[in-house]
Amino acid sequence: MNFKSTIGLEVHFELKTKSKIFSPSPVSYGAKPNTETNVIDWAMPGVLPMVNKNVYRLGIMVALATHAHILPTTHFDRKNYFYPDNPKAYQITQFFQPLACDGYIEVEVHGKKKRIGIHEMHIEEDAGKNTHGTNGFSYVDLNRQGVPLLEVVSEPDMEDPEEAYAYLEKLRKIVQFTGASDVKMEEGSMRVDTNISIRPAGQKELGTKVEMKNLNSFDHVRRSLAYEQKRQEQVLLSGGHIQLSTRRFDEATGKTVLERVKEGASDYRYFPEPDIAPDHISQEWIDEIAKELPKSAFERYDDYVNKFGIKPYDANVLLQTKESSDFFDAAVAAGADPTLAANWMNTQVNGYLNDNRVNLADVKLTPEHLAEMIKLIQDGTISSKIAKKVFAETIANGTDPKKYVEEKGMVQLSDLSVLEPMVTKVVDDNPQSVEDFKNGKDRAIGFLVGQIMKQTRGKANPKVVNKLLNKELASR
Amino acid sequence: MNYLNETIDSLNKKLASGEISADQLAKDTVENIKDTDKKLNAWITVEDDAKPAENLDFSKNKLAGIPIGIKDNIVTNGVKTTAASHILDNFMPMYDATVISKLKAAQATFVGKTNMDEFAMGSSTEHSYFGATHNPWNLDKVPGGSSGGSAAAVAGGQVVAALGSDTGGSIRQPSAFNGIFGIKPTYGRVSRWGLIAFSSSLDQIGVMSKRVKDSAEVLNVIAGADEHDSTVSTREVPDFTKFLGQDVEGLRVAVPKEYMEAVDGDMREAIQKQIDLLKENGAVINEVSLPHTKYVVPTYYIIASSEASSNLQRYDGIRYGYRAKDTKNLLDVYVKSRSEGFGTEVKRRIMLGSFALSAGSYDKFFRQAAKVRTLICNDFDKIFAENDVIVGPVTTTPAFGIGEEISDPVKMYNNDILTISANLAGIPAASVPAGLVDGMPVGLQIMAKRFDEGNVFKTADFIERNNKFYEKTPTGMED
Amino acid sequence: MEITEDTVKHVATLSRLEFSDDEIGKFTEQMGSIINMASQLQEVDTEGVEETVQVVDRDTVFREDKPEHWQGEDRETLMENVPEKANGFIKVPVIIEKDDNE
Repeated sequence: MNFKSTIGLEVHFELKTKSKIFSPSPVSYGAKPNTETNVIDWAMPGVLPMVNKNVYRLGIMVALATHAHILPTTHFDRKNYFYPDNPKAYQITQFFQPLACDGYIEVEVHGKKKRIGIHEMHIEEDAGKNTHGTNGFSYVDLNRQGVPLLEVVSEPDMEDPEEAYAYLEKLRKIVQFTGASDVKMEEGSMRVDTNISIRPAGQKELGTKVEMKNLNSFDHVRRSLAYEQKRQEQVLLSGGHIQLSTRRFDEATGKTVLERVKEGASDYRYFPEPDIAPDHISQEWIDEIAKELPKSAFERYDDYVNKFGIKPYDANVLLQTKESSDFFDAAVAAGADPTLAANWMNTQVNGYLNDNRVNLADVKLTPEHLAEMIKLIQDGTISSKIAKKVFAETIANGTDPKKYVEEKGMVQLSDLSVLEPMVTKVVDDNPQSVEDFKNGKDRAIGFLVGQIMKQTRGKANPKVVNKLLNKELASR
Repeated sequence: MNYLNETIDSLNKKLASGEISADQLAKDTVENIKDTDKKLNAWITVEDDAKPAENLDFSKNKLAGIPIGIKDNIVTNGVKTTAASHILDNFMPMYDATVISKLKAAQATFVGKTNMDEFAMGSSTEHSYFGATHNPWNLDKVPGGSSGGSAAAVAGGQVVAALGSDTGGSIRQPSAFNGIFGIKPTYGRVSRWGLIAFSSSLDQIGVMSKRVKDSAEVLNVIAGADEHDSTVSTREVPDFTKFLGQDVEGLRVAVPKEYMEAVDGDMREAIQKQIDLLKENGAVINEVSLPHTKYVVPTYYIIASSEASSNLQRYDGIRYGYRAKDTKNLLDVYVKSRSEGFGTEVKRRIMLGSFALSAGSYDKFFRQAAKVRTLICNDFDKIFAENDVIVGPVTTTPAFGIGEEISDPVKMYNNDILTISANLAGIPAASVPAGLVDGMPVGLQIMAKRFDEGNVFKTADFIERNNKFYEKTPTGMED
Repeated sequence: MEITEDTVKHVATLSRLEFSDDEIGKFTEQMGSIINMASQLQEVDTEGVEETVQVVDRDTVFREDKPEHWQGEDRETLMENVPEKANGFIKVPVIIEKDDNE
């Protein structure tokens, strides 16, 4: 018997704001417990929420980037449940009138293009964090309470784990390049829940759904879905039935494990949040945000490869993060040669970041620095070798390359009135080399260049020296 | 010091002239409260060391140095705030409600927090963890509720004015029962930041005072925009005292027949007398109909309880408030803290609200109530298209006896039929004394369209000037 | 609509409240009569009527994205009312199971 799978994904993105969605508490990582909180986050008696405008702005960016229809009027709702990390015992979300609906993204799987629908996306608040102790107690930190989230709910349009994987990859890239979220699964700024059901081919109605929550990586998503597909097939083939349930992916065994069986839908008693008035999203505002919307990764790829002539591999490396792509674009805008800039980004810059385990945002190198340095190389002011020294200084200390080169006397020696007498002298002093050169030994030139470099402490422009030596030797 | 014959103006004059110092006034006020509260139990917290603000400016701030009572569901930084509940009986706020910040800026003096029905749910101030408040006109009667402590404190001369909150009549009904003026402003006129929520779409802070003008003075201070509350209006706040001292010639007064049919005997007569007074002075009286009046009680109880069930979930014993002892696990903490911490009436409403929102009930109850609410709002819009104010009774009877509490909640809820429409429609409404029935005060209700408190003050002030009810001293305070 | 003891028990679970058997009986009766009264609403024709969930004077009220620390990063005032705490955390008894809303 053949089976068909139906897969749907719910993806939460933490939106990149400075303050929380309903309170002005700062949003940051790694702060001491409960220091990034205020009376609103604590749900103290008498407090009220006040919506952060930027949360809508970032949400609208994602909606635009996924071709979703933005609702002209949205309203927040309350989802009621008790849990220590949920201080009001309700989460403010958008249940009845979400931010946007009916979007889609296009993926390519097994060489075929496919459009996967986005059912809806809504903004809501994150909960705090519970740490479970071994002593019979749990510990609650409300720093994360109120961090803005965007939940993107797909249509159940995916039929195999590869499609789910491709959808996630594409969605991440889209959201990443709007700048709305950091999209880092390891930091929790992107979180994935999946659901999958299977049914015999030809059967119309969908099978019973199994949910999997908080998967750690795209690979886990793919593996857990593949495992579930097989497991559910075996259950059905052996005459069993699938339980409406939540399962967990066990990384060690590669299997999914039953967490709990759901008996009917949960009763969250949703109702419209009376403390927040409706929000009208005007077309003018949407247009304004559309203008600010950064170029997508796909447009940028096209520019890099077709306009700049960068190799596809290098273009993809640049596009791994929005930060590196933005940096590169800014360097090109500052006058850098695109190919050279791409080379420097992908070798020297990335090398430095990897070696020092830092992010691009954390280093002192600016796109203008990079552009300036490339210009210095191109106009022969410094050699590539010197450039590496300059780069090391600039990225570590933010020193201006041109200034640094001048101050340290690193300017390449190309002045003929200085170099010509030196060449004449070095040839005079090494008659053996003239002999070797005449006998066709190329090494002779290398030796003589080395002598000049020694005398000029590496500053002589090797191209110029080579040319002069060739001329001098030929004249002997 | 008692305030039976004082007004904000008279006190301001005494303070400005140095006849009495603000320090002395604070001291005397606390002393008098402690003394008279043996009878009334109008206060949950009295600040023994109450002190006026510094650098008082009596010419700029009318309220400078004048003690104002605060209902105990309005949070006060560093002063215990309980909402009259066991579950918050040790709660110490770390911030001020916006109305408190505004009163502080106006240099009012704070002497303590007044008694109320737990979480403002009730109409007798018997549902308080801190015991019932007594009516100054007859100590065996209830002061009404839920702002019964504020009402009794004002009527009993303990303070010249007090803040209350009104979700379904909680300012107007106790004001009527105590023979004082009380106004629930338009929803959105006064910030709710720091008001312990009962029903967020209905709650509104207001003022209670013996004299109409004093409420206008206090409302002038507490009204207006607030960056903490997105449901509060940014409209300019008029000087409400400007509406006083006017006549009612040409004032278009609507009298809903459903409201008059709800009262009979002396009660009806007392109300009719006020309508006649307005008519004799040139007001145009129109009999109107509020056809959905019979549905306001279920509409209100569904909406208010639903919101309350959610608003009161935060009292879970985790972050503040009462936590039950001897709990085995988290579920135990929740269930025991809440079951031991809330009183019966609060639990009843939480249950009703959770039910109305639960799967299978939402469309039938919550959604239907929200639709009927629209029809109720439409009824008012129609009337206000042709009328300036609506008048009628506030309650169907004068204050009832303490302990006479009706055990049938449906009957009890039906008592609110005349006051809750104003909350559902978000319109301003007040109660002004309309005389005595069986020796107990009753009130005339005055409503106007949204943000038209002006006409409410104008009408109430006219009634007050003609009746001079304020000259009467509450019979329970004589000894 | 019939309110049974099971309905009352279910709603009590949702509300995190517990009642004695006596109280359940009493509540069942009272809830029954309240719901009975509320059922009158069904007779109102609300076909095509919008819902009113709030009566507000303005909409689309936003705050600018400006972070502010509570009282100079002092969490102590916020922690003051916490029944049990440890190292800046709120301490709670072990969580047996994530909310199920049975």
